[in-house]
Amino acid sequence: MGVATYSKDEKDAIQKVTLQSGIDVKPVYTPDDLNAIGFDYENDLGDPGEFPFTRSLHPQGFRSRNWTTRQYTGFGTPEETNERFKLMISHGQTGLNVAFDLPTQMGYDSDSEMAEGEVGRVGMAVDSLRDFEVAFKDIQLDRIGSGLTINAVASIMLAMYQAVAEKSGFDKTRISATPQNDILKEIVGRGAWIYPVDPAVRLIGDTIEYAMTKLPRCNPVSVCGYHIRESGCTPAQEISYALLIAFAYIDNVIARGYQAEDFVGRFSFNLNIYGNLWETVAKFRAARKLWAKLLRERYDVRNKKALFLRGIFGGGGSGMTKQQPENNIVRGAYYALGAALSGAQTTALCSFDEAYTIPTERAALLSLRTFQILMDEIGLRDTVDPLAGSYFIETLTKQMEEKILEEMAKVEKVGGMLEAVSSGYVQKEVARQAYEFEKKLQQGQVTKVGVNKYTEGADMEVELHEYNEEWAQLQVDRLKALKRDRDNKAVTDSLKALERAAKAKENVMPYLVACCNSYATVGEMADVFRDVFGEYVEPSIF
Amino acid sequence: MGTRKIRMLLAKPGLDGHDRGAKVVAHALKEAGMEVIYTGLHQTVASIVNQAVQEDADGIGLSIMSGAHIPICKKLMGMLKEKGIDDKLIVVGGVIPNRDIPVLQEMGVNGIFPGGSHFDQIVGFIQDNVQN
Repeated sequence: MGVATYSKDEKDAIQKVTLQSGIDVKPVYTPDDLNAIGFDYENDLGDPGEFPFTRSLHPQGFRSRNWTTRQYTGFGTPEETNERFKLMISHGQTGLNVAFDLPTQMGYDSDSEMAEGEVGRVGMAVDSLRDFEVAFKDIQLDRIGSGLTINAVASIMLAMYQAVAEKSGFDKTRISATPQNDILKEIVGRGAWIYPVDPAVRLIGDTIEYAMTKLPRCNPVSVCGYHIRESGCTPAQEISYALLIAFAYIDNVIARGYQAEDFVGRFSFNLNIYGNLWETVAKFRAARKLWAKLLRERYDVRNKKALFLRGIFGGGGSGMTKQQPENNIVRGAYYALGAALSGAQTTALCSFDEAYTIPTERAALLSLRTFQILMDEIGLRDTVDPLAGSYFIETLTKQMEEKILEEMAKVEKVGGMLEAVSSGYVQKEVARQAYEFEKKLQQGQVTKVGVNKYTEGADMEVELHEYNEEWAQLQVDRLKALKRDRDNKAVTDSLKALERAAKAKENVMPYLVACCNSYATVGEMADVFRDVFGEYVEPSIF
Repeated sequence: MGTRKIRMLLAKPGLDGHDRGAKVVAHALKEAGMEVIYTGLHQTVASIVNQAVQEDADGIGLSIMSGAHIPICKKLMGMLKEKGIDDKLIVVGGVIPNRDIPVLQEMGVNGIFPGGSHFDQIVGFIQDNVQN
């Protein structure tokens, strides 16, 4: 749950504060601290909008550009999802963040045995292009960008997004999709993996390569430290793992004969906000700086915009508690404040009922209002990087930077990120820390309000988002009708062409678009890859 | 028999991949002296039941975060009965709303530990209730 460890004396005075990343906080900071770290404005910060972007990506921060809010939405049938999309847009949301159900994420159709009980449960069920046609009906895909929370089959979903946009008359060069498409973090932290590490990373390389030439406004990869942090790692590790994962994808594309400069500007990140406020702010400032510096050092990237650590900083679900759930509304507001003080470009917030269920409409709207209050009422747009120059924040930012580099060195010592994930090294490290933290929480060394302190009062029941079994049946019926009515010869041909491309290590993206257009199902396309690539096997970490 | 360590099969049924809870509990049970067999992700109920038999587990712990706890548990309890091994201790953890707890109990689930449950409670419950 991400809070610092406090040692106190018998009078409740704080003796020692240790942040999760392992940095001790001093009671007082002075100009001496800045001298001690050799603080240099040009090198360490630079003006907002200037290298190394510690302060902000844009010269005027939120003054010139309010942040984009992207609540995670999508459930049940494509019709339901379409309604919720339109509702959120009418309330001022400026981008979509699409949730898919687990069968879709895992490449199973709604009628698969593996999908039983899961169809439409945690997101929208997508079996074929027909479902996308319904979900994105009347959405201006040239104006509204969409985050697609999909990884193992992200290549399929990006192809489908192109197909649906073209079908609705939008030029593919004008659409902006951001599939999550980060398989290494799935293996470490979120578990929606299908294929072995090497072919899975190759698929990501295919999407990057394809987007570079065909979908110039799409962001083919969103590297997610977020979920690894949710799984238990420290904030410093979150950034170090995210950067190393990004480098692994860059290396895959460079091996095809491209320069990082040509594509890395479309990378985005999905990072986590919860826990200690200062550590959060320092983390994001250090992350922006390190990404820019390391891209220059390792890949000789020169184009300024290609050095931007762009992305979504989202309020983490792990910070939310089941106990006294209304406290999560307050936590969410502070996390959003942390995002604003960190110069977040795009943001999202877990809703207060998320420890129970996917958000109800009321809770999702409340999260959106939380952001709007910060920006429109409280003054977070007034000036850029308001904490800059603070003796404490600048010292901490520098210390975070050092910690992140330290953690990166540890992984590189065991053979780099691909090796560290394949062997289970990172998973082991994350699980161990999750356990250590949980123990501290249960023993009271870290405090979580309503969980191990101020626990009086009964838990409140929250209003739950209903799961409708009938939707699942409707989805299955619709899939059956599709399989009956479509041109099955065209489907078979397109799937065969896909199989040949996968075997020949050709870029599979154009073939996937053709499959989508023939109304081949997600399960059918995913199965082609299962046959060619095989499936991932988890290393034992116990 | 008295010195035999308690053997718990910890399982992640269904497609949900959030395994922080399962892994944390695995650590806690091990530290409490139990033998823990962790199935890994994406298990079918049939495969969990088979592993419980093969591993001669005293109990099965399911970690479910997707909201599908009711259909999954219904299926598990049915299969255990079919195989005549419904004497095994069944515990379930994860995102479980309060109102579903009686429903799971009715099905025969022995222990239900929603997010935020203490290790002591889980360990104590298993130690007290395993049929040795």
